[in-house]
Amino acid sequence: MNPYFILDTVAMTNGVHKQFDCTDCHSSEYATYPHNGNLKLEPLSTCLDCHGGDESFAKYKFDQIQEEVNKSVHYKVYGENFGCSKCHSQHTYVTTARNSDNVLEIVDNDNKMCLSCHNDMKKYKLVSGHENPKLVEVHDWLPNQELHFRHVRCVECHTEVIDSLMVSHNILGKDHAVKKCVECHTANSRLKASLYKYENLQKRSEKGGIHIVLSNSSYMIGTHQSPLLKLLSFLIFFAVLSGIIIHLLFRIFKK
Amino acid sequence: MGTTEKIYFYPVWLRIWHGINALGIIILIITGISMQSSLDSPLIGFSLAVNLHNITGIVILLSYLFFFIGNIVTKNGKYYLIKAKGFFQNPIKQSVYYAWGMFHGSKPPFPLSQKRKFNPLQKYFYVLVMYIAVPIVIITGIALLFPELIIEEAYGFSGLFLTAILHSAVGFFISIFLIIHIYMSSIGKSPFDNFKSIISGWHHL
Repeated sequence: MNPYFILDTVAMTNGVHKQFDCTDCHSSEYATYPHNGNLKLEPLSTCLDCHGGDESFAKYKFDQIQEEVNKSVHYKVYGENFGCSKCHSQHTYVTTARNSDNVLEIVDNDNKMCLSCHNDMKKYKLVSGHENPKLVEVHDWLPNQELHFRHVRCVECHTEVIDSLMVSHNILGKDHAVKKCVECHTANSRLKASLYKYENLQKRSEKGGIHIVLSNSSYMIGTHQSPLLKLLSFLIFFAVLSGIIIHLLFRIFKK
Repeated sequence: MGTTEKIYFYPVWLRIWHGINALGIIILIITGISMQSSLDSPLIGFSLAVNLHNITGIVILLSYLFFFIGNIVTKNGKYYLIKAKGFFQNPIKQSVYYAWGMFHGSKPPFPLSQKRKFNPLQKYFYVLVMYIAVPIVIITGIALLFPELIIEEAYGFSGLFLTAILHSAVGFFISIFLIIHIYMSSIGKSPFDNFKSIISGWHHL
C-alpha cells in the first residue's frame, strides 16, 4: 500500500486535532477498514469552515491569514487547490512557532513545511508540473548559506512581512524575494517585527531571561546595531578631528 | 640645512612591513565601515567588501607575524619596552609639550636619538596598537571567519555578537589611531619630512 496513505498515528496524537475521531471530518464509511479508495474524492470541510469567524480561534487570525494566502503566489497559480493543508498537515500539525522557546526549532519546523515540496523532486513536480530548481544552487549568491538556512526561515525573505501576523502568509514569487543584505542587517531590520514578537511571547511565557530584553535591538551583527556604541564612535571621531584641527591652526598661526 | 644629523631608524624589513600594514589597514577600515553600515554602494558592493576584508585580514595577520618576529630577532623590539620609571610623568610631559611647549619655543622633552626612536607618548600608543589592539582584531577576526570556534553564549548574550562588537570597536580604535598617527607624522622637521623618512629609512633630527 502506498505509504503516503497511512497516517503517522503517533504524530497525530501529538497534533492539535488529536481529540477528533477520523469520522468527525471524514465520511462515516472511514470507520471500517479497509475503506473504499473512492472515498478520497469525498468533499471535505475546509479549515475555515471550523476556524473562520470563530471567537475562540480569533487570536490565530485565520481569516486574515486566508486573505494573505489569497494574495500569495501559491494561490495565484493553483487557486483553491492550494489549501492550508498543503503546508499545515491537518493530521499532525503542532503550533511550534507559538510555543517553542528555541528559535532554531521554530526555524527548522517552519522551513520543513516549505521543504516538504520545494526539496522533494517528485512531490514538487507532481504539483507544479515542472522540474524543481535546486535550492542550494538558486541560493548560491547568499553568503554563509548553510548558516542562514539554519537560522532564518524561508518566509522571512519570501513573504511580504506584516506586523499583525506571526507568520506572514503572502508568499511572494521569486522575483520579489529579499536579496539585499541590508534589509536584515541594519538597525531597521525587516526581521525585527518577527523577532520582537517572538521575544515578547517568550517574556510573557516567563521562559526567557532578562537578556532577551537587553539584546532586544541587537540581534544582528554590526556595531550599528548598538545605538550607544554608534553614538560614542561618532563623538570620539569628531572630538579627535576637532582636536587635530585646533592643533593644526595653532601650528600655523602660533610660530 | 644640508648638514643635519640623520639616523637610520627604519631598516628595510620594517619599511616593507609598514607599507604593507598601512595599505592593509586602510583597506580594512574602508571595507569595514562599508560592511558595518551595510552600504551596498556601486563602488564597493557588499560581497566585494566582505571578500576584500577577509583576504586583507589574512594578509595583515601574516604581516603582523612578520613584524612580531622581526621585533624579537632584531634590536628594533627594544624601542617598544616601557620602563616603570616615569611611567606616568614621561607621557604627561610629552603631552604638555604638544599642547603648550611646542607653541612657546620649548625644546622637545625627549629628543630622539640612536637609543630613543619614539617619544614616551608615541611609544605608549604604538604598544597599545601593535601589542594589544591589533592582536585583538586578528583573534576576533579569525573567530568571525570560523564562527564555530566561538562560544555560543556568554552572560545571556550571543558569543558571536560580543565577538563582532569587540572586533568593530577595536577596529574603530585603530582607525582613530591611524588618523592621529598620520597627523602627528606631520610634526617633524618639515610637514612632509617624516613621511619621506618612512620611505627612505633616514630620520632627520
